[in-house]
Amino acid sequence: MAHIAAGLPFGDVRVTDLKRTKLFDKHVAAGAKMVPFAGYEMPVQYPLGVLNEHKHTREHCGLFDVSHMGQCFISADDGTFETVAKALEKIVPADVQSLEPGQQRYSQFLNAEGGILDDLMIARLGIEKAQRMLYLVVNAGCKDADYDHMAANLPEGVNLRVMDDSLSLIALQGPKAVDVLATFHPDVKDLVFMTGISLDLGDGIWARVTRAGYTGEDGYEISVKHEWVEALVDKLLAYDEVELIGLGARDSLRLEAGLCLYGHDIDTTVSPIEAGLFWSIPKHRRAGEGYIGAARVKSDLDDKSTKRLVGILPEGRAPAREHTEIQDMDGNTIGEITSGGFGPTVGGPVAMGYVARPFVKTGTDIQLIVRGKARPAKVVKLPFAPHNYYRGT
Amino acid sequence: MSIYFTEDHEWIAVDGDIGTVGISPYAAGQLGDVVFVELPDVEAEFDKGDEAAVVESVKAASEVYAPVGGEVTEVNGKLEDAPETVNASADGDGWFYKMKIADTSELEGLMNAEAYKAYCDGL
Repeated sequence: MAHIAAGLPFGDVRVTDLKRTKLFDKHVAAGAKMVPFAGYEMPVQYPLGVLNEHKHTREHCGLFDVSHMGQCFISADDGTFETVAKALEKIVPADVQSLEPGQQRYSQFLNAEGGILDDLMIARLGIEKAQRMLYLVVNAGCKDADYDHMAANLPEGVNLRVMDDSLSLIALQGPKAVDVLATFHPDVKDLVFMTGISLDLGDGIWARVTRAGYTGEDGYEISVKHEWVEALVDKLLAYDEVELIGLGARDSLRLEAGLCLYGHDIDTTVSPIEAGLFWSIPKHRRAGEGYIGAARVKSDLDDKSTKRLVGILPEGRAPAREHTEIQDMDGNTIGEITSGGFGPTVGGPVAMGYVARPFVKTGTDIQLIVRGKARPAKVVKLPFAPHNYYRGT
Repeated sequence: MSIYFTEDHEWIAVDGDIGTVGISPYAAGQLGDVVFVELPDVEAEFDKGDEAAVVESVKAASEVYAPVGGEVTEVNGKLEDAPETVNASADGDGWFYKMKIADTSELEGLMNAEAYKAYCDGL
């Protein structure tokens, strides 16, 4: 038996200079299988196993170490939010200026051709003295390039402060996340999806809590100083509902939720329009100017011939993995799978991939070439598992 | 009946010239939750080392190689609807296929249970 196709985006390569998060010892003590991922040694699964970790998160509550991701602040010498927001809007297609204190938005960094350099979260800090600042979370594998990109493109008087030497990041995801975290501070109950707040989670642990995540479930991302993260994780794991969850289940959860993984579903070869991320670009930012890559966003919206990222549901039980060829029913190549595997909540294989524009319609019959055999599949609407975000009452 | 193992973690239980092939509990544990098994066709003929089946877990797809050459006489259809049987009983109900062994002398290069255990302990 031999490994022939990676189902998860993790290499088998052993690298000696891998970084570790502050929770490394906890992962090992919990029996995690550690793998190299984006320059870090990260837990791919715990003894519970990928399938059960996935189900536990959907039904109860999963705790993820995402401290490998990049966290940074941007502020301006003139002390205004407006200067910071206008500066960042030169390098992202999102509406940054209209962010209310505490509010967060999803966006992308684009290159001059409109290809995606990285995707990221942009939040305006909520506490009174910090409302002039932006807080960004970027992907681990891109963070050094992102910081260089920002440093090169933010104007004089706008300052980037990288926080990776002092901040950890964990995610608490699943229907029970609110009940658990609210025992530390009741205010987290009232946060709606994509808003955040800074507060005391007890025992002197100050944290920035954002109601967001990468699983499609309700839950929180919690940014906390390195010296407090182990104590916070211990407090969370004291609850029976909370289990540590590895990158394996993180990948199947986000795939079922139809969320892109950088380096797989999105990279510099695709634009945000091709990737189906037009919802993250407000109308007034689709005119072809104002930020790096803007011309491509407009031309892709005008040109109906580009490819699109779609959901793909294989018939039968055979998973179709990344790089699987997609054909039309006449056997012509029309695209490629970019993420694919088994969806534990769906109970069968699920995938995402790019298809030529004529085939993007929901219900279109396509074929996937798995180990030389054409297997039937359909283009479907994303997500595969419904989003359970809390948007208020 | 004798059981032999390969370095690629297949097992073959031999009764006369009939062999039953599966993957070891060690391999099933390494793969994690099995979600799909692609079995060979009955009457398919393999040489030793040919790709005979594919097993997919939540993590990856892996080839299963023929431990010895011969012709497939029966496949474990139960695995199509219940691939998790491979995790529950890799060396029992989770067998992949039965075969008529072409040349039993090919078994000589394989490991017995004791040698295989020592081999896994060294991994």
